[in-house]
Amino acid sequence: MALDKYGIAKRIAQELQDGMYVNLGIGIPTLVSNYVPAGISIMLQSENGMLGMGPYPAEEDIDPDLINAGKETVTVLPGGCFFDSAESFGMIRAGKVNLTVLGAMEVSDNGDIANWKIPGKMVKGMGGAMDLVAAAQNIIVAMMHTNPKGESKLLPQCSLPLTGVRCVKKIVSDLAVLEVTPQGFKLLERAPGVSVEEIKAKTAGRLIVEGEIPEMRL
Amino acid sequence: MNKVVANADEALHDIPDGAVLMLGGFGLSGIPENSIAALVRKGVKQLTCISNNAGVDDFGLGLLLQTRQIKKMLSSYVGENAEFERQLLSGELEVDLIPQGTLATRIQMAGMGIPAFFTPAGYGTEIAEGKEVREFNGKQYLMELALHADFAIVKAWKGDTMGNLVFRKTTRNFSTSMAKAGHITIAEVEHLVQPGELDPDQVHVPGIYVHRIFQGKDYEKRIERKTVKM
Repeated sequence: MALDKYGIAKRIAQELQDGMYVNLGIGIPTLVSNYVPAGISIMLQSENGMLGMGPYPAEEDIDPDLINAGKETVTVLPGGCFFDSAESFGMIRAGKVNLTVLGAMEVSDNGDIANWKIPGKMVKGMGGAMDLVAAAQNIIVAMMHTNPKGESKLLPQCSLPLTGVRCVKKIVSDLAVLEVTPQGFKLLERAPGVSVEEIKAKTAGRLIVEGEIPEMRL
Repeated sequence: MNKVVANADEALHDIPDGAVLMLGGFGLSGIPENSIAALVRKGVKQLTCISNNAGVDDFGLGLLLQTRQIKKMLSSYVGENAEFERQLLSGELEVDLIPQGTLATRIQMAGMGIPAFFTPAGYGTEIAEGKEVREFNGKQYLMELALHADFAIVKAWKGDTMGNLVFRKTTRNFSTSMAKAGHITIAEVEHLVQPGELDPDQVHVPGIYVHRIFQGKDYEKRIERKTVKM
């Protein structure tokens, strides 16, 4: 069965390592922080100017001066700190943030990503996404394998305006875990009960299937 | 040296039609509420506003959009404002969408006296069109220019009469860099204090950058997305 958004977040959380500084995008990526494995400690970076972002506050602790990059009220953990936007993107560009998890509308088999604009439809802006994808050491994309019409979002080439080129390293979708290699998407794991045939049918870009593909362990 | 003015109206008295403004804040957090209200009262038009976001329909820069005072916006994300989208699609409003880190650094560079810099953000995308590309250590970078403003308008938590500013939590955002990038910088503060009352070790914006400062009032501090623990 295909994973739901919580399953995708749970699988991505397995990629976390102790001591990592991590930037989580809006949507499914934000859920990853709920599944940090026991014994592992990470620091969340919020690009509006905070390290050590904590959970949502209790009603009585809400502070309008303390928000995350999604403009949600949050808390700061002991050991956290604040800084300005220029410094925040400095630490991103300088490669100090170890892992970025973000959503995508399309990814191509050479690692290009499109997630900011639908021409004629959406003019919201890219926010920090272009900076993050251009500079992060490691980018994992959390996404649905197909759009609501059933068409593949893992393509030979993105059709939407790009956010960044050759930057995605790994994809965790509702169907599979894939690594982006010079030869295309390499299938690493299947969602429980999902067949390799189904993944092949729903992946429009080049797909590499080598040997037995294990199921994800969640 | 006296930088103190009575209120927002006095601080903004000489902003002309067509001025280029920077306005601090991220979403609705840390925005110069008093100054935005004064700009609406003043009715100054054809403004170019450099701000990470464009407020919401009825608060923040959304108020200046309602009154059609903004000609052009330079922002990274404007998704929370239906009036903005309407004016943009109808051609009434120009917008330059800029990657958030590029926007922050362009402003920062203006305050540092550096005319341009190279960043990897946006390489290979439509925002790279017309920009110089350079390779450093095998990676491609775009040249981006420093971004200046006629007036930078920021809101700090505390400030002293010399213009030194201290911010609270995540309200530093774009404001500290903008404060250094304005030809004239105006700061509104929640608490205006005397010299010596701020710890010099804790100052975020040295007073040299700030030309006018005033004690703000009636801060609403509206929350854009109230999220609480389940």
